[in-house]
Amino acid sequence: METGFTFANTLAALLTIGIISFLWKDNLLYKICEALFVGVSAGYWFVILYYQNLLPKLFDNLGITQIFGGDPGEPGALQVLFNEGRADSRLLYIFAGILGIMLLMRLLPNIGWIARWPIAFTVGTTAGLYFVSYFHSNAMAQLESSIIPFTSFNNIIIVVGTVTGLIYFYFSAERKGVLGGVANVGIWFLMITFGAMFGYTVMSRMSLLIGRFDFIFATWLGLV
Amino acid sequence: MFEKLLKLDRRVIFIFIAVALITPFFLDIKQPMTVSPEVRSLYDEFEKLKPGSKVLISFDYDPPSAPELQPMAVAMLKYCFAKDLKVYIIGLWPQGPLQANLAVEAVKADEHFKDDPPQYDVDYVNLGFMSGNEVVIKSIGSDIRRTFPRDNLGNPTHELEMMKGVTNYSNFDLIFNLSAGYPGTVEWVLFAVGRFNAKLVAGNTAVQSPGMYPYLNSGQLLGLAGGLKAAAELEDLAQYYGRGTKFMLSQSFAHLTIILFIIIGNLAYFATRGRNR
Amino acid sequence: MRREIPLILTAFVGFTYILQFFIPHAPFNQLDRMLNEWIQVIAAFAIWLGALNLMKVSLNKVSRQSENWPFALITIFGFLLTVIVGLFLSGGRGYQSPGTGFDYIYRNIYAPLSSTMFATLAFYVGSASYRAFRARTKEATMLLLAAFFVMLGRVPIGDYITAFLPKGYRLSDFATWIMNYPQTAGYRAIMIGIALGIVSMSLRIILGIERSHLGGEE
Repeated sequence: METGFTFANTLAALLTIGIISFLWKDNLLYKICEALFVGVSAGYWFVILYYQNLLPKLFDNLGITQIFGGDPGEPGALQVLFNEGRADSRLLYIFAGILGIMLLMRLLPNIGWIARWPIAFTVGTTAGLYFVSYFHSNAMAQLESSIIPFTSFNNIIIVVGTVTGLIYFYFSAERKGVLGGVANVGIWFLMITFGAMFGYTVMSRMSLLIGRFDFIFATWLGLV
Repeated sequence: MFEKLLKLDRRVIFIFIAVALITPFFLDIKQPMTVSPEVRSLYDEFEKLKPGSKVLISFDYDPPSAPELQPMAVAMLKYCFAKDLKVYIIGLWPQGPLQANLAVEAVKADEHFKDDPPQYDVDYVNLGFMSGNEVVIKSIGSDIRRTFPRDNLGNPTHELEMMKGVTNYSNFDLIFNLSAGYPGTVEWVLFAVGRFNAKLVAGNTAVQSPGMYPYLNSGQLLGLAGGLKAAAELEDLAQYYGRGTKFMLSQSFAHLTIILFIIIGNLAYFATRGRNR
Repeated sequence: MRREIPLILTAFVGFTYILQFFIPHAPFNQLDRMLNEWIQVIAAFAIWLGALNLMKVSLNKVSRQSENWPFALITIFGFLLTVIVGLFLSGGRGYQSPGTGFDYIYRNIYAPLSSTMFATLAFYVGSASYRAFRARTKEATMLLLAAFFVMLGRVPIGDYITAFLPKGYRLSDFATWIMNYPQTAGYRAIMIGIALGIVSMSLRIILGIERSHLGGEE
């Protein structure tokens, strides 16, 4: 990245200071920066999705790009269909396009329900994928790695921590007697986990702020 | 006095944090760098690769997480190019491939690579972003060229020299995932490792690193670099000192400040609690 | 029809993906490939929907001149600027190449705004540590201690303080031990719990028992 007092760096620095100014109190500059961020962010996603996804996958494959005079290097499915009279398997992308347009119908008040079809499709995909994968990788594989011999202190920690932690999450019986005692051990392990997570969260947040200060003091002002 | 301390204006705390982070920029204190075993494992996986091996790097993060992940990306890209590994860049986050461009620029600016800068479609390709989250990871298992029909520059993927003979995970010797959340390392473990037995190492933001340790313990993840400290460790191992190392003093000061805050807050709390009783 | 077809669609797609895992041969692998492509396209439209919805809301705000409407105007300006520069003024398919207008917006507007937005959280983490992190109970003390050792052990200063101890017994080693054993065990319990929850919820969705994603009755 270019360093120094350039126009680009000054623009970036002003926007940075604008956001940070909120820490003192809510103000006009912050509100402008926030509104700009929301708009630019939405625009950014919009453009990326067009070029990376819809253009090569949908418009090029179907032949819509070619209809509008674009040249992606090969004829699309519609050109193959009308010029050669042959149905290309890429024609099936039309269904993806239809489902996508149905999703956009959500913007219209009276026919918004049409969007349920693609939503159902997406939810079904996620459910089907997660059903097997979570069971396989996050339940079975993790249980498998916890079935280990008590040959070292660390192995005991892993087994005891996992089992007692799981028992803590067992809400179908009242936590009394042995179950209560075991669940209490589980709480201790969970507390250590939450403590470690907090420590790592502090680490992460501080790193991000260091990055911004580095931009202001090193890249923009050139003081470091 | 303790009651006053408990009611301290938050802006005073903010100023302390800012001072703790900025002051070290102007100090020059050498700190000892201990490499943690999980970072060492990550590095060792790269060490095992022979020149010419193919590494798939997924840039699944955006600018907010760049201070933590960008140093890892730059250090390992330098390592890959120096060792003549073939790098395949993709992104499950739209900002990822642009962060990759910035990382490649940083490598090219390094004096180690002045005479022989990494070349596009010879040393690396950037296949860009694709929407679909975990479905993209799964699709690569069938056909990466179909999943990414064009690269980041708009070239048809099948025409790229480096993509010849590359179809799916079986063609990659290692996957390096730089992740800041969803979709990220969890999804790579679930779909690339769980379904296709790919070899995976990951660089994560600190905030999501604790969740990766069970995968590390079970062997689903072969190495992990979590947060800025791990980035500095990677730089230390690869002998390319960059922002990870540079920011470590600020990070140390920041942690000390937070610990100090917790101690003072607790002291004030217990002192006033006793008095209230 | 408004509810039945979506339910059938969910079940069909869900079962296809499950079957494909166990039978990765024709026709399930071909069906899987096709569905993968479709879902990627639908995901793109979903994000377009989000962006367009934002524009709809912002335009409504401006036309009704409701509270803070000038900021909605700035949002619209930001959106249009990025879209026009990205789609028409950045060289077509090579729009992300270094030096294009789109790349300029990314580096100098989008990146600093988004980075700083998240970076300010550091201040609130500091403030929360001071105000809310109290050793009120034994459990809370345990949490505090774990955080204390991890925070010190994960920066070089931890080893600096404990340099008098032999290697392998310093703060960084203790932090590594916490992360690799007690923390891993605790997180694994959470992970297995969540996984079982996801599995049961997925099954409820595929079987049509869980229908909340389809919205209210119509």
